[in-house]
Parts: sequence; C-alpha cells; structure tokens
Amino acid sequence: MTTETQDTATENTAKEDTVLSIAGLRKYFPVRNAWKRRIGWLKAVDDISLEVRRGEVLGIVGESGCGKSTLGKTLMGIHPPSGGQIVFEGNDITNMKPGASRGLRSSLQYSYQDPGASLDPRWKIGRSLHEPLEIHTQLSREERDKRVRSILKSVGLPEGHLDHYPHEISGGQQRRVGLARILTLHPSVIILDEPTSGLDVSVQATILNLFSDLRQEFNLTYLFISHDLSVVRMICDRIAVMYLGKIVEIGDTETVFSNPRHPYTQSLLAAVPIIGGRRVTDNFWLQGEPPNPGDLPSGCRFRTRCPNVRPECADKEPELRSDWEGQEVACPYAE
Amino acid sequence: MISNLLRVHDLRVSFATEAGIAHVLDRVDFTIAKGEIVGLVGESGCGKTTLARTILGVLPENSARIDSGVVEFEGENLLDKPSEELSDKIRGRAITFIPQDPFSSFNPVFTIGTQIMELMKWKSPARDDPYYANSASRFWNGYPSTRYEADKGRVLELLREVQLPEPEAILAKYPHEVSGGQRQRLMIAMALLPEPKMIIADEPTTALDVTIQAQILHLLRTLARERDVAVLFTTHDLGTTYEICDRVTVMYAGQEMETAPSDGFFNTPSHPYTRDLLQSLPSREHGIKGIPGDIPALISPPGGCRFHPRCTAASERCSVERPDHTQISERHNVRCFHPVAHKSVGAAS
Repeated sequence: MTTETQDTATENTAKEDTVLSIAGLRKYFPVRNAWKRRIGWLKAVDDISLEVRRGEVLGIVGESGCGKSTLGKTLMGIHPPSGGQIVFEGNDITNMKPGASRGLRSSLQYSYQDPGASLDPRWKIGRSLHEPLEIHTQLSREERDKRVRSILKSVGLPEGHLDHYPHEISGGQQRRVGLARILTLHPSVIILDEPTSGLDVSVQATILNLFSDLRQEFNLTYLFISHDLSVVRMICDRIAVMYLGKIVEIGDTETVFSNPRHPYTQSLLAAVPIIGGRRVTDNFWLQGEPPNPGDLPSGCRFRTRCPNVRPECADKEPELRSDWEGQEVACPYAE
Repeated sequence: MISNLLRVHDLRVSFATEAGIAHVLDRVDFTIAKGEIVGLVGESGCGKTTLARTILGVLPENSARIDSGVVEFEGENLLDKPSEELSDKIRGRAITFIPQDPFSSFNPVFTIGTQIMELMKWKSPARDDPYYANSASRFWNGYPSTRYEADKGRVLELLREVQLPEPEAILAKYPHEVSGGQRQRLMIAMALLPEPKMIIADEPTTALDVTIQAQILHLLRTLARERDVAVLFTTHDLGTTYEICDRVTVMYAGQEMETAPSDGFFNTPSHPYTRDLLQSLPSREHGIKGIPGDIPALISPPGGCRFHPRCTAASERCSVERPDHTQISERHNVRCFHPVAHKSVGAAS
C-alpha cells in the first residue's frame, strides 16, 4: 500500500517535474554587409533542447559569445525565436503575442546582468518596487505597500531604503533591489543572467547565500547563466555547457565537474584556477581562440581547437549522447 | 637580504571630490624585488589602481595630492623627479604598463603597426644612442631609418614570442580586426619592447575568458621570468593571483593589510580580512561566507585600522591606532594587533 502511494507520488512528481521545456530552439541573427544585404546567419542559439525541473538550479555556462544570454532572452520572448518550441508550465509560449505574454511575465522572470542600469535613476526604490504590482495585480495601495515591505525584508534591505535613489545605494544593494522587484510577483522560474558579475567576492558571497535562502522561502526554480565556474559549482544542481550556440555537455553538477567527458568541458574546467591545487598555467594545453560565430567550421564546432580531433569530425555535427548516468555529451568519441 | 627594485614607504594620497577629500591611500608600505611577480589584491575601491598610478606618476593633476611618502625606484625617489625626466627615462621605459582593457588603449583609426612603431620611436631601448644626446637633433622629430629597421626586426621577433600568428599581417591590421586575446598579447609585447625592469599589469585578464586567461597568464609569467622583469600584478581575482604571483599584498580601503609569499598567503592567512576574503570564495567544501557590512566611504574612513568595524577580532585599540608591521615568518608581514594564529606557523618559523 505504502509502496503503491509512493509510486504514484513519484509518477505525479515526474509529470509535474518539468516546469520549462525547450525543444530544438534556434535563434539566428542576420549578418549583413555594408549595403544591408544579408550575407549569412549568426547562429547564437542553434537547436537547443533541454528541460528544467521544478525547484532545481540549472546552470548555463560557457565563454563570452557562446549564446548563453541569447538563450535566456529568447526564453523570455525578448528575442523572437527563429525556430523550435518553448513550453512553460504546460503552455506553449513560443511566439506569444505581447498581450497574451503579459500574464506569463509574473511567473517567468528575468534578472538583468546589471540591475543598477535597469533601475530608473529618477525613481525612488519604493516606486520601482511598486511598479510591477501596479501593472500585474489589482491590489490596493496599502496591500501593495505591505507586500513590498515584506519582500524588502526577505532580501535583507532596511525599510529606509524605500526612500533612496538607486545611486545612493551600493552595487550589492542594487542587486538586492533588482531581486526584490522580481519577487514581488511571486514568480516560479527566474532567469538569472550573470547575477554576480562585477561584484567583489565578499559581496558576491552574501548575494549567493541570498539566492539559496530565497529559493527555499519562495520555492523558486533558477536558470543560472554564468561564466564563473566556481560559483556555478557551488550553487547549481545541474549544468549545461555551451560552446558557440550548442550544448556540448549537460548533467549533474558533481558528475560533470568530477568527470567531464567532452574535450571542451575538460579544457574549460582545467582553465579555472583552484587555490591550493595545481597551477593551471604550468601545463595548459588548449590552444587558439573560438572561431567567429558568424562563420562556423563544418561538423563539430570545437574541432578547430580540439586536441582529439579526427578527420570524421568535420563531416557531421555530433548529437548529445546519453550513455551515462546523469550526463549527456555531444562528442562521439567521449569516454 | 634581497635588494628592492621598488620601495613605497608611508605613502598617503588623497583626492578632492565634490563631497570632500577622499583619503585613498593611507600610509602604504610596499616593496618589489628584482624579477619578482607581486600580486596586489583587494576589492574595488581599495586603492590598488591609485597605488599603480602613483608609481607611474600619472595621477590626475588637478584632483589628486600626494600628502607624504616616498616611491623609490632603484634607490631614487620618483616623486622628486621632474616630469620630463620621468617621461624620458622611467615611464614607458624602465617601468611599463599593461592596461585592463586593451581595446580602449589602441587608437581605432591607425593600424597596429603604426602604433607600435610610434611607441618604438620614443621608448625603444636603442634610443639612448649619442645621436639623441645632441640637443639639436632632439628637436627634429624624425625616426632614423637605420634604427627604424632594427626596431622593426625587434618588434617582429617579440610578436613571434608572444605567439601571434603571422606578425607581419597583424602589424597591417586595425585594432578591431584582432580578437581580445590577441590584443592582450600585443599589449604584453608592447610592455616588453622597451626592455623594462618592471611591468605594472592592471587586471590584465578580467576582460578575457578563462581559457584565454590561462594562456595569457602563462605567457606573461614565462616572458617575465626569461627577462628577469619584475611584475606588479593588480587584481581582484584571488585565483589568478595564486596562478602567477611569488608574493601577495592585500589591500583594504586604502591600507595594506598583509604581505606574504604566495603559499603563506593562501595557506596561513594572518590578517582577519585576508582570512574572511579567502572564505568568501565559493567552495563546495566549506560553503560560502561573506563579510558582513560594507566597504567604508573614503571621505570619512574609520580611524586606526580601517577594517575594524567589520572585523571579528577588533578591540578598542584598533579604532585609534594603525597597527605597525608584525613579522609572522620570513617575508610575511601583517599589520594587525590580533593576527590569526596558525599552529603550523609557529613550527615552521
């Protein structure tokens, strides 16, 4: 009896498990010459499929220009996708009309890289925090005020900050305000785009702790876009590694970090300095720089820098292989 | 006794701002030996860039003031030298600079070759020939063709050493036509061309991706070692410090807190700030701890040790008096009344 209920319970959670699923998502930007004629496509996001489970923190990592921010913005509908499908909480939200997507905004939220720049410099913090509630809810002024004050408390800011202007508070505090602004609407998924870039380590530490606390308090799911691998390892349950618009490896954080199988993931992890560990600069083997994303090599995109490259790599683009427990790798020769 | 190439002693620098006078550097002591790679770490606004600019003598004239102190380079106080002598002999020749953002350091409308040869015209090590001692020819701004050819050979050779493919082709390109990693390689080459005794590298890898960063750090370290050039490496990234530095100085709010050889700094940090800073790094093992509180405003900084309002070990004395150097072990100094005790330190020293 008990086992039966458990089984049905796991089945139910398995169904409700996926909160956001992406299938074959593409975002191509036209490359134009001086006469505005299109001379090619920049494939910023190319055929990406992944599923985000409820309550998890999924890290998206990669170097600059790999398309991780474009992926986040395409999910939000900031960039219309060139192809593929996005399903959020059971509804297809690909190419949604602006009016229809407004309701969605309150449950799927995007946190910008620089929250200081996304706050209106001429508005007091209080007004910035009230705005989303005015747009999305029918609450009275008193109710809004109550909600804003409680959120402000949970992000660890004093109430006196409601009467400050953005320039009067520090960068770490601006980030807290940006988060508070998102949380007033009680979203279920937040896309965090480089949430700790530009912060000093001591401030970064407090912000990361805040993310973990808020996740428990509000039952959130994060899509954590970052290039900082030590932060990702610390906070994410699963990570997806991107290289030039493609996912090359995806899996449980610990599995990927302790046993990376794609040559790119291996070199990326080898490049991160580890204090107290071996020095990376003593024997770093990855040569060269990423190719121009507007002019990709044929076949595997990493083959121009790959140490294990074979002639066949130029023929066919590798698919993600799920031959391992909790890990998928887009390299036919990975072991 | 290791002789110092550069010695900064009791340096105080303040800036006039709209809100009042900001005391950016407060009695800073700092040394670099010949051929040594020293990391200057600290959070933003701790004064590491101001220290680097004071050494180079490029503080903004109308707002910055040096209140006290000496900057001795090879035994001579740079602060007493006339600016002509500084720009002629020291800046860009004996001490060179690698900037944080290589793109904004190039002029976008000239080719890279033009800009490198302009540098060589004035800062080439071959410029000290008797030809230039003649004051009449100093007025003539020309570039003697024999020296031009020799300098160009030197440039191409160095571009090959920083592993740039096809150096001749790169010289004909404009700055936007090369990638960020290549621009930073060019900057390293340009910093080495005058054959300096010291390079000041101001966060040279923050704008780069990790895989490129590893290549650049490796290059910088090898080339500096080969030529016995000292490097002052300012950064806020403790990981890169660990990668290339022999010795580390940590700064907080305009005061230097601790100076230690790289191993001692990371394994047995003695200043409470250093310890807290290292614990702020994300790690799976011990979780993550921030430092409560905020960096103080430099217009009205706390008295004594500027870290005392956030320090767990602070006593009353810390708020009145700036601690002097306490020696923990050889070359490991800390400016704290209550240094963190380590068991292994007592045994080692």
